[in-house]
Amino acid sequence: MIRLRPGLLAILLAVLVGVFMLLPLLAVIPVSFTPKRFLSVPEGELSLRHYRTLYEDREWLEGIWLSLRVGLMSAGFATALATFFSLGIWMFRPRFAGVLMGIALLPMVAPPVVSALTLYFFLITLTQMNGVFAYDTMMGVALAHSVMIVPFAVVLVSVSLAQVDRRMDLAARAMGAGLGTRVFKVILPNIKFGVITAFFLTFVLSWEEIAVTIFITSVEAVTLPRLMWQGLRDNIDPAIAAISVVLIVIVTAVVIGRAVFAALKERRV
Amino acid sequence: MTRYFRPMILLAPLLIFLALAYMLPFAGVIGWSFTRPEPGLQNYTAALTDPLILSVFWRTLRICVMVTVISVIMGYILALLWVRGSPLVRTLTELCILIPFWISVLTRAFGWLALLSSRGLLNGWLEGMGVIEDPLRLVRNEFGVIVGMVHFMIPFAVFPLASAMRTVDERVLMAARGMGASRTRVFWQVFVPMTAAGLMGAALLVFVFAIGFFITPAILGGGRSVMVAELIYLRIFQSPDWGLAAAVSVILMVAISALLALLLKQLSPKGGDR
Repeated sequence: MIRLRPGLLAILLAVLVGVFMLLPLLAVIPVSFTPKRFLSVPEGELSLRHYRTLYEDREWLEGIWLSLRVGLMSAGFATALATFFSLGIWMFRPRFAGVLMGIALLPMVAPPVVSALTLYFFLITLTQMNGVFAYDTMMGVALAHSVMIVPFAVVLVSVSLAQVDRRMDLAARAMGAGLGTRVFKVILPNIKFGVITAFFLTFVLSWEEIAVTIFITSVEAVTLPRLMWQGLRDNIDPAIAAISVVLIVIVTAVVIGRAVFAALKERRV
Repeated sequence: MTRYFRPMILLAPLLIFLALAYMLPFAGVIGWSFTRPEPGLQNYTAALTDPLILSVFWRTLRICVMVTVISVIMGYILALLWVRGSPLVRTLTELCILIPFWISVLTRAFGWLALLSSRGLLNGWLEGMGVIEDPLRLVRNEFGVIVGMVHFMIPFAVFPLASAMRTVDERVLMAARGMGASRTRVFWQVFVPMTAAGLMGAALLVFVFAIGFFITPAILGGGRSVMVAELIYLRIFQSPDWGLAAAVSVILMVAISALLALLLKQLSPKGGDR
């Protein structure tokens, strides 16, 4: 069958839009090699000093390390909560499933700045009660990030649950398996990949989270995005160009790797 | 009893967590809006009458409308190629959408600074070629905000548009061609109307996202073209006025809930459509 392909004009316009999409990412590369201390395009001389800053400067290392720990904690916690919640909805189909789902997705649909103010209120209230889960602490950030990322984990786990055959669970139940056995021995092994994907995605979301982080940290718990934000607001530090290039290279490698993998798989079938 | 109790073992942890960490604190924020600095409705009257705050609302609305229109048009072009292009074109388009999509909002805002600032690449080229003498002012103003926001929103416009385009039946297009319609006519009179629901969905989604968007406007606007989200930030941390920030947040939340209700209505399948 003949397909109606997009015309030349559409392709031309799309090339322009595609360039628009990639241009700011490419613009970061030359700037990261500037020998100067401020945002500038190198003229002739290139320098790696801003890359060196990334692994010599304690500030950057601590930011990366903090973001890693917060990401692992909040992704683990959020994925666990979301997995049990999605299982509950899937197995028992409770009466107000739609409303319960709506509550679980609330932080995702609310504007980030409203969530940020809400979590700011939450953490300064907690600060009056304890010093661990408090404003401007690692555990406080992890707790706030958990709130923000939990809806995404719920969506992903629910999607992979939707593909599980219910008869399997019914069979297990008919054979006398208890709730624990059904969850851990029957259903969880079948949605393993969904749960792992949820963990991975929520980790990335926490790693990148900035809108809420700005509201709930000041000088102690400075995550990597928070450090970048400071550098962008005041004077523009070219070290941000260097870290940006590193992040862009990682993302590009993963996205292209996935595309190649998908193409190879398609060809084999 | 167990019938009602057992689901709760699984459902309760998340619900309790969100109730304590999100819903209760939001009630607290609503409380602030009525009690700070003193009990009353003065925060809401201020938010809705103070010319300075009103101008922020209007600017937000204006910028969001422009961002929505531009992102949806650009997203439509990309989605078209993503869905209907040849395999190679499809892969290339996918990379143009997915690579920026996965890159953090800060990195993307920085990319625009590197490109558009007075010492950035674009001004460097233009000066080098002798087109301009003084650097153009392209960021830290409304232009920069719109460019950065459009760049951020395009993927969010592409996803609903692409899924609307995938449902278009190829045979209808072929039939129109067979009846003698030109390619342009098939596009405008058959293809575009058939994806109208996707267009509406994409526009609403982008608009809802844009209206509460904080990071890109704050960085690329450079404090000069403040939008609603940055206003809340400034009222919390720079001119401590928590009551007003809370009132503006509540207004924002109400406005966005209304828009989301509209979006859900748009996305829910209509009877007899398919």
